[in-house]
Amino acid sequence: MPAAVARAGIRPDDRFVDSWPVTVYLDHAATSPVHPLVVEAVLDQLGRTGNASSLHDAGRAARRVVEESREVLAARLGARPSEVVLTSGGTEADNLALKGLYWARSGADPRRRRVLVSGVEHHAVLDPAVWLAERCGAELVVLPVDAVGRVDLDALEAELTAHADRTALVSVMWANNEVGTVQPLAGVVELAHRHGVPVHADAVQAVGQLPVDFAASGLDAMTVSGHKIGAPVGTGALLARRELPLAPLTHGGGQERGVRSGTVDVVGARALALAVDLAVRDRPEHARRVGALRDRLLAAVQEAVPDAVVRGAAAGERLPANAHLTFPGCEGDALLYLLDSRGIRCSTGSACRAGVPQPSHVLLAMGVPDREARGALRFSLGRTSSDDDVAALAAVLPEVVERARAAGRV
Amino acid sequence: MRVLAALSGGVDSAVAAARAVDAGHDVVGVHMALSRERAEYRTGSRGCCSIEDAGDARRAADVLGIPYYVWDLSERFEDTVVADFLAEYAAGRTPNPCVRCNEHIKFAALLDRAAALGFDAVCTGHYARIETVVGADGAVTRELHRARDAAKDQSYVLAVMGTDRLARSMFPLGDAPSKDAVRAEARERGLGVSAKPDSYDICFVADGDTQGFLRERLGARAGDVVDADGTVVGRHDGAYAFTVGQRRGLHLDRPGPDGRPRYVVEVRPSTNTVVVGAAELLTVTRVAGDRAVWFVPPSPQRLACEAQVRAHGAPVPARVRALGPAHDAVEVELATGLRGVAAGQSLVLYDGTRVLAQATVTGAER
Repeated sequence: MPAAVARAGIRPDDRFVDSWPVTVYLDHAATSPVHPLVVEAVLDQLGRTGNASSLHDAGRAARRVVEESREVLAARLGARPSEVVLTSGGTEADNLALKGLYWARSGADPRRRRVLVSGVEHHAVLDPAVWLAERCGAELVVLPVDAVGRVDLDALEAELTAHADRTALVSVMWANNEVGTVQPLAGVVELAHRHGVPVHADAVQAVGQLPVDFAASGLDAMTVSGHKIGAPVGTGALLARRELPLAPLTHGGGQERGVRSGTVDVVGARALALAVDLAVRDRPEHARRVGALRDRLLAAVQEAVPDAVVRGAAAGERLPANAHLTFPGCEGDALLYLLDSRGIRCSTGSACRAGVPQPSHVLLAMGVPDREARGALRFSLGRTSSDDDVAALAAVLPEVVERARAAGRV
Repeated sequence: MRVLAALSGGVDSAVAAARAVDAGHDVVGVHMALSRERAEYRTGSRGCCSIEDAGDARRAADVLGIPYYVWDLSERFEDTVVADFLAEYAAGRTPNPCVRCNEHIKFAALLDRAAALGFDAVCTGHYARIETVVGADGAVTRELHRARDAAKDQSYVLAVMGTDRLARSMFPLGDAPSKDAVRAEARERGLGVSAKPDSYDICFVADGDTQGFLRERLGARAGDVVDADGTVVGRHDGAYAFTVGQRRGLHLDRPGPDGRPRYVVEVRPSTNTVVVGAAELLTVTRVAGDRAVWFVPPSPQRLACEAQVRAHGAPVPARVRALGPAHDAVEVELATGLRGVAAGQSLVLYDGTRVLAQATVTGAER
């Protein structure tokens, strides 16, 4: 095979596209198919030239798309348009919230060095917090969680009562990406605001599954991502109250109220707005449908593998599209391989370090022993999920788990 | 067949996997994470343990269109290969960690895990040949042979695996005419690792400084360097760091009585003493080994063969016989003297290109 063939992976007629029939895709929390209407919108917008900062007619047309997108996002998420800062995705929005808030708040009062995060945050929140502690003098406080991954409000209250005047921010996610547990955000916001401390929440997994209203939540900042709900990767936003002090991460042309310089991604803005528009509009029916499907999936898995343990909160208190289980005696990556080779795509839910699967920090924070945590699988549903997917999973699972157990004994 | 291809991130394993794909097998690539603390980038001549190597392995798998996984075998590697390496040096012997890795990791932990997951064979980029011989009675035997390219032959480090595991192993590069040909094939196939340098250092010794690694892990322990009649001729930081046959790094403060170079002729861990002497003290004609692995029925009768004691050492004519009720020890008489045979080394016995047996050297006599 000549080198040119191997390198043709980015052409539209490429073999990867043709040879990738997405049969059983149970990994929507990793990324979800782009909505057909969003594909159309993206293709349409790609054909249009214009920098939203230019003054001529092409620039004005681009700016109109950006601002209308911002208005749609704001309307669908309970925010004001001026509160929407477009970013390249959830990770950038989380970094902007953590670093931007820390720098602004500790800059205004050098005593404010404490950064409070829950122990089950996504790495896009945890790692900036750790970095701030290592490089910028922050004092990192990791809030404990209970056995289902819910943050301990008493610990938060004790911490704030003792150190509120030395606290820069609190960041607690809306719902957990691995085990699906919904956090008691109203309680977090109430406690933090009583002590005058701003609150950020990563709502990447919540939008499209739970009712998300930024204003009603009382949050000061909130992260949104596009690619979990039908927009392409590379789209996202930080919703930030207008008066929230936020230092920029990128400096340059002063776009996005000066906190996020860089030519605004018109295509991305339109894609994100359309995807959020559709996801929020369809949410009640979608959540009901995938919630029922998820319950059938859990029942089928537990029938096939009776000793599998469901992790995370009960049905009413978790993301409707999330199912998370640990399989005693199995390594998650062995399960993953065996399911992959049978055409079923899912995830262990946790990140790897240098390609090496690690036991999930979320499960460890919940008090799950290391060995049990290594046998975790997350199944996450989406718009394209069906009972056929559940049936396909249930059909292969007993054999897969038996093999993984044998491999685990080696 | 369902084949698990071990991908180190280097050229050989990538081409071996490609050949397995071409042969029509259902191939899955696996990179073994062996080191607990992995460096970001490859440094020097280590060839498999950095994050960059794992990325190269993944890219090769993508080019071949096969799934790719990382298996964390670092705990097993530390407990077997690294622990054995340290214990052997501490006991005054000279271990070969690549042999132990093949014995405990590649053709044990990896192979067993692969079998449990439903794979029929493990494919690696080793240069060696497996020949399947069907006897008159229909019985199938598998023989391990030297690679076609004598310069790259790795049968020496593979012999420890024994016959049973050969049936579940594939070495698609055994017939490759040369490493250059394999590199050219990698280029042809669009594998970006085609120009990657060969690795030759011990993968878990980060900077190639084995003595420093031993000192760090075993602790410095000062002792005497003595000559054959016990006269102290120098000092050292730990007898474990010396290998029989070693000439460099002795730091002797006066020359030998005859003015000729002196070599390590014995390491005595019990007294932490290194004994040095003239080159002729190194030449041995009888070698004893244990932990024997046989590819032919072992016999207490003397069997003509060629003996090799180093990965790239020349084989010498010899006769071997099995000892002990379980035939797990060997005694080898060498037709010509061999220098620098140290306890702990792997002893491999050949008949032409065919591996007859492998054992670990326990002692040697002049």
